[in-house]
Amino acid sequence: MKQLLAFIRKEFYHVFRDKRTLLILFGLPVVQIALFGFALSSEVKNIGIAVFDHAHDVTSQQIIQRVRTSSYFEVKDPVINYDEIEERFKEGSIKCALIFPPNFAEDLGRSGRAQVQIITDASDPNTATIVVNYLGAILASYQHQLNPTIQIPYQIIPQVRQLYNEEQNGSLNFIPGVIALIFMIVSTALTSVSVVREKETGTMEILLVSPFKPIMVLVAKTVPYLVLSIINLIIILLLSVFLLGVEIRGSLILLFAESILFIITCLSLGLLISNNTNSQKTAMLISMMGMMLPTLLLTGFMFPLENMPWIFQAVSHILPSRYYYIIIKAVMLKGLGFSYVWKETLILAGMAVFLLTVALKKFKTTL
Amino acid sequence: MEKAVNNKAITCKNLSKQFGDFKAVDQITLDVNQGEIFGFLGANGAGKTTAMRILCGLSYPTSGEATVAGFNVYNQQEKIKANIGYMSQKFSLYETLTVMENIEFYGGVYGLSRSEIKVRSERMVGTLGLTNEKKKLVGELPLGWKQKLAFSVAIFHRPKIVFLDEPTGGVDPVTRRQFWDLIYEAAADGITVFVTTHYMDEAEYCNRISVMVDGRMEALDTPANLQKEFNTNSMDGVFLQLARRAKRS
Repeated sequence: MKQLLAFIRKEFYHVFRDKRTLLILFGLPVVQIALFGFALSSEVKNIGIAVFDHAHDVTSQQIIQRVRTSSYFEVKDPVINYDEIEERFKEGSIKCALIFPPNFAEDLGRSGRAQVQIITDASDPNTATIVVNYLGAILASYQHQLNPTIQIPYQIIPQVRQLYNEEQNGSLNFIPGVIALIFMIVSTALTSVSVVREKETGTMEILLVSPFKPIMVLVAKTVPYLVLSIINLIIILLLSVFLLGVEIRGSLILLFAESILFIITCLSLGLLISNNTNSQKTAMLISMMGMMLPTLLLTGFMFPLENMPWIFQAVSHILPSRYYYIIIKAVMLKGLGFSYVWKETLILAGMAVFLLTVALKKFKTTL
Repeated sequence: MEKAVNNKAITCKNLSKQFGDFKAVDQITLDVNQGEIFGFLGANGAGKTTAMRILCGLSYPTSGEATVAGFNVYNQQEKIKANIGYMSQKFSLYETLTVMENIEFYGGVYGLSRSEIKVRSERMVGTLGLTNEKKKLVGELPLGWKQKLAFSVAIFHRPKIVFLDEPTGGVDPVTRRQFWDLIYEAAADGITVFVTTHYMDEAEYCNRISVMVDGRMEALDTPANLQKEFNTNSMDGVFLQLARRAKRS
């Protein structure tokens, strides 16, 4: 026990003396939260729009005025021919063009039907869809204003409630993802690097020749990163609550218990990587490219898994972060209890046991 | 603690280690006396490291007998580890820890008490002349000092035997000489020294040496006797004649 404490103290010296490690450890969560919270927003604002108005009548002007006052659009100088529209799309100054045919108001008044053309830059399909929806809503509300009294005989009026996130706070979706990502980086990458470093410097040999049990080397290596990861979790949760206004609905104890389970899975993965590599660079590369990218892309917090080809969906099933993401979302955002996430917990626990067993076995044979 | 079965520091009888068809260590037999400085020589790939790993309790022999500090290499590895010290050719202290922190760490790993570590480490840095540097990071020390410190740390827990794997690689001749003074001091204190080296002048500092060729033990005697036997006046001569017998490179 005394030996273990001496070892763990040494590990903390390593962490606190290495500026790079410290930066990854505590700079990363803050940067990630800030990035995802403020910079990366799926909301689209100030879309450049050009209006080509052949009609020049009251109706078209009223509609343009509505577009102008919407915070989503920034109406650019009017265009005078079609070539210019394409030119502006190419240079990227507009994402959308709104074209009124001649006699717009007349058509509307006489036949009760008028057409308006919307052209969007679909090289970014998400933005294009959002633009169309926004413009559609503006046109619909103008129509409603034209005939406020007319009652359509049959109406289906949707009453929408966006559960668990009524105010459409974008932070809610990615916070669980960011937590998973950070654990993956901190626990997996830093652990694997710290074990491999001992191999590189030759100190591992000395440790193996000492009466210190090899298993205890692994324990001593993982304990500091477990502690640091939990501190990280606290930092992220505090930032989420006080900076991004996320409300934690479920039990904090369950949240921490599940997180510790996930951290242990990540640590085991880190040990496994370190047992199979001999240089810090390789270990870093494997844990960054092999673990971080899939976590980012295939966990479901950036891109919905349901839309992916089956092969990616299949791959996502072997990622621990996928299950952790489901669990933490359920507990943190929906306030669900253990009975709702026991299946994912079981899978995660199974992965942890499996990875840890393999890591320990591998470590034995490298003696 | 179990009684040592004899008063030899190390005994090997027909010790072999085979990897598939490859005989890394082939039937070596040797005895090392307590307090002796024993040179373990051989070209690269002759099987020195494999033999040393067995004696340090890091791997098992395929056949043969061996005891270290009286303990059997087959089933008393833990006891062996508690009674030996080890220093490798690679520099083996933590560069980002201070001199004192390194000592405290290794002392702690060997289970010494805090008060013991404190007393011994003060004396040790005093003897090494590192008192003013004890709060410095090891990475800032010159290589020669690092090696001397690494050796002192390897015998800090007062092992019965210390294994040195090419301890003076890359060190200048003056520092090497000083390093050997430390080895003599340790031997005078009763610590058995088992050392591998490529420097033939160092081989002459040993009480006895053995030379391994292709996994076999081709010579074992005092440096003077060996020179007589091979009819040459330097250890270089002895070594070259033996090394020419090697079939595998």
